[in-house]
Amino acid sequence: MSQFKVNTEFENDIVILITEGYLNQEGGQMIANICLNNIDNGITKILLDLGQTKVVNSIGVSILIEIIEKLQGVEGKLGYFNLAPIVDKTFNIMGLTKYSSVYPNREDALANF
Amino acid sequence: MDRPKIELKLPVIANMELVAVQTAEVVAKHMDLSEDKAAEISMALIEACINAFEHSQAQNNVFIHFILEENSLVIKVIDQGIGFDKAKVEIPAIENKLGTDERKRGWGLQLIQELMDSVEFESGKDGTTVTMTKNKEV
Repeated sequence: MSQFKVNTEFENDIVILITEGYLNQEGGQMIANICLNNIDNGITKILLDLGQTKVVNSIGVSILIEIIEKLQGVEGKLGYFNLAPIVDKTFNIMGLTKYSSVYPNREDALANF
Repeated sequence: MDRPKIELKLPVIANMELVAVQTAEVVAKHMDLSEDKAAEISMALIEACINAFEHSQAQNNVFIHFILEENSLVIKVIDQGIGFDKAKVEIPAIENKLGTDERKRGWGLQLIQELMDSVEFESGKDGTTVTMTKNKEV
């Protein structure tokens, strides 16, 4: 479970990161590196498909706060879909949902992001 | 009669919290806890383990006791680190972390308290014990 993987897809001006595995510090940093590369290339709308990330920790999630902060500086935005209920609850407790968007699935995310 | 008890001894090695999670999942299933409760227990346990691993500067092992009470699951996470003063731990707020130099981490205790039904901290110079309880019924 601890090995973390990220696949990247593009839909128009949106980059979608499809994650798999435990979102810990290493996983969060992997996501951050990909996001920062895309932001440097002018892509500022980022969606995370967390359907295969059922377990997270607060250190990994706190790195997403750093990404939100970075995106605020370039008028970009971050969103998520396919969240396990506990991941959704964790994002709520930590306040991420005040500054980023949660969608039930990919179709809904792409239609409303 | 003593209640059933499971004890784990974890070395301070990266991702060992997942060993505790696997045990918690088996225990939760044995107790017929809902999937939501099991997931909340696992998340709180991850945070308690990470605190024990990182924040306590523990050089030794971390001990985890699962006590299967009739109407609740009690989990004790015990380390032999330097301890901490909970009164000095600030409640985090994302508003204070965005656009500032404040570090983005520091959510562990908040998550544990939100996800479990009751939490007690005992901390001193010889270590910390976090006792977390999840009731079977609301």
